[in-house]
Amino acid sequence: MAEYAVELRNVWKRFPGPGGEVVTAVRDVSLKIADGEFFALLGPSGCGKTTSLRMIAGFELPTEGEVFLHGRPMGRTPPFQRPVNTVFQSYALFPHMTIGENVAFGLQMKKVDRQEVQRRVGEALEMVRLSGYERRKPKQLSGGQQQRIALARALVNRPEVLLLDEPLGALDLKLRKEMQLELKKLQREVGITFIFVTHDQEEALTMSDRIAVMEGGVALQVGDANDIYEHPNCRFVADFIGETNFLDGVVGALEPGKARVDAAGGVSLWAHTPQPVTPGQKVTVTIRPEKMHIRPTATDVNLLSGRVTDVVYIGTDTHYGVTLAGGQTIRVREQNYSAESRLLAREGEPVSVRFAIEAARVLTE
Amino acid sequence: MSSTKRSPWLTLTALLVYFFLYAPIIVLIVFSFNASRTNVVFEGVVNQGPCGPFYWYCQLFRNRDVMEATRNTLVIALTSTFFSTIIGTMAALALQRFDFFGKNAAETSLYFPIVTPEIVMGIGILVLFSAAFGWINAALALAPNQRLTMGLGTVIISHIAFSIPFVTLVVRARLHGFDNRLEEAAMDLGANELTTFRKVTLPLIAPGVLAGAMLAFTLSLDDFIITFFTTGPGATTLPIYVYGLLRRVVTPEVNALSTIWILVVLVVVGISQWFQTRE
Repeated sequence: MAEYAVELRNVWKRFPGPGGEVVTAVRDVSLKIADGEFFALLGPSGCGKTTSLRMIAGFELPTEGEVFLHGRPMGRTPPFQRPVNTVFQSYALFPHMTIGENVAFGLQMKKVDRQEVQRRVGEALEMVRLSGYERRKPKQLSGGQQQRIALARALVNRPEVLLLDEPLGALDLKLRKEMQLELKKLQREVGITFIFVTHDQEEALTMSDRIAVMEGGVALQVGDANDIYEHPNCRFVADFIGETNFLDGVVGALEPGKARVDAAGGVSLWAHTPQPVTPGQKVTVTIRPEKMHIRPTATDVNLLSGRVTDVVYIGTDTHYGVTLAGGQTIRVREQNYSAESRLLAREGEPVSVRFAIEAARVLTE
Repeated sequence: MSSTKRSPWLTLTALLVYFFLYAPIIVLIVFSFNASRTNVVFEGVVNQGPCGPFYWYCQLFRNRDVMEATRNTLVIALTSTFFSTIIGTMAALALQRFDFFGKNAAETSLYFPIVTPEIVMGIGILVLFSAAFGWINAALALAPNQRLTMGLGTVIISHIAFSIPFVTLVVRARLHGFDNRLEEAAMDLGANELTTFRKVTLPLIAPGVLAGAMLAFTLSLDDFIITFFTTGPGATTLPIYVYGLLRRVVTPEVNALSTIWILVVLVVVGISQWFQTRE
C-alpha cells in the first residue's frame, strides 16, 4: 500500500457559532499528500484551510473523519505527541527565551542530550543563515529574521511533516518573494513534507508541487499549478486562480469533447467539455484573457464580434475590454511582441475576438 | 527638561496634594519618637532605657499581645495570599481561555465583591459562618470543646474570598493580549500541558501573578472590617489590636507599630511595582 505522509479521510469540522448555531468549517475533505511534497492549501479567509492544518497539527480534532500521518490514525493524539511541527503566522517565538533557547525547546522536550542539542541548534541556525544569534531575544530581530527562527525552531526537530500557517503573511512584498524561493529551496534540501496554508494564489503557484483550492470548507480541486490554472473544474477555481472571462449560456450542439454554447445576444462559441453535458443544459464557459486575440479580419470557428470599450497599455501587455452583442464584457490580453502591437484596436472600434476551442472550457458548476 | 514655563500654581497644587497625603503619615512617624505618653503634644524625642529614641519600639517588642497579633496577622496574610493567588490566577486563565455557559455572569459576579461595601460583606460572612457552624455543631452533636467556632480559620477563609477578585483582576490585565499561539507552539514542540504552563504560560504571566499576590498580601495585612466580623478568641490581628488600644489610650507604642507596618507595606508595594513594570 502506498503510504502517504498525510491523509485526511472524509474530515468534517463543526464549531458552535457565537449565536448557538453550528458553523461547519471543514466539509468532507479528503486529501492525500505524498512524502516530500510541497503542498499548498489555498483559499480565501474562512475557507477552512487553517482549520484543516490545525487538525493535522492536533490543535483541533475532527468532528468526523480521520487524519493519518504515515498511515497511523491520529484519533485524539494531542499535538505534543504528533511527529509534526508548525510555523505560525505570528511566529509565536517565546518572548522570554533567547533565540538559542527557542530553537532548542523542541529537542529539550524530547530529552536529547545537551551536546547534541547544541550541535543541532547551531546547524539549524546556520541553515536559516542566522548563526551567532543564539543569545538575542526575539524582539531584537526583524520580522524576516523572526520568521526564519520560527522555521529553524520547527525544522530542528526533523518532523515528518512541517505545517506552515501563512508564514509569509506578515512580511513585506519584496521579502515575501525572497522567502518564497528560499522556502522552496529549503524544502528540497531537507526533503520534509511541507503543508502550506495561503490565501495568495501567486504564492501557491510559485512554491507548491500540488495545490488544494478550498472554499466554504470544501476542497474543490487538487492538482499541480498547471492543472489548476489550465483545467479548473469549477467556476470558483477558475475565478480564484488568475484572471478569466465567464460567458453564461446554454449547450446547443454536441460533438465528442466539445460543445456549442449559445449565450445571450446571439453570441455563440465552441468550447472543450471536460465533463459530459447534455443539450439545453445551462453552463458557464471560461476563457483566459491571454488565450484570446484581437483580429480585425480573422476567420475561425470561434470568432466573437464586439466593440472595444477600453484599452489599457501596461508595457508587456495591452488589455482590451470588448463588449459583445449580448452585452457581455470580456477581457483580452495581447502581448506586445513589437512596438506596434498596441495599435491593434482603439476604443469604440468594432473587432473580432478569436480563440481556440481548447482555450474555452465548459464548466457545469 | 521642557523649556516651557509652567504656572507656579500647578506646582503648588501638586505640593499641597502630596502634603495632605503624607502629612498624617509623617506626623505619625514623628510621634513614635515622642517623649510624652499621649499623642497630643510632641514633648521632644524620647530617650529612655537601653533603646534611647527607639524606646516605644522596644516596648512594642516586649508586648506579648502585640507579638501574638503580629504572628496572627502574618499567618493570615501569608496563607490567604497563597491560596487566593492560586485560585485567582486559575480563574483568570479560565476566563481568558474558555467560552462557557454563564461566562459573563461568572465574570461580573467575581468582581462584585470589590464594589460591595466591606461592612455588608463582613456581616454576610458572619451570618453565613454562624448559621453553618450552628447547623453543623447541632447535626453532629459536637461536645463544647469540639465545636466549630470563629477564629484564625474563619478569618483566613474570608480573606481568601475577598482577595480572589483582586488577584484575578491583576492577572487578567496581564493576560490581556496574551498570544494563545505561544502555548500552541510549546505543545507543538512536544511540551505537554503541565510543561507548557511551567515553561511558557507561567513565566509570561509571572509579573501579573506576583503583583496580584502582593496586592492580596497588603489587603489582608490591613483589613479591619471583615476581620472584625470573622475573628474569634486567640485570632486578634494587628488592626483589631490597635483598634482595641485606641479605646483606652493612644500611646506612642501604637505609632511605633504603625510605622513598622507602613515600612512593611511600602516594601511589599515596591516589590509589586517592580514586578509589574518588569518585562
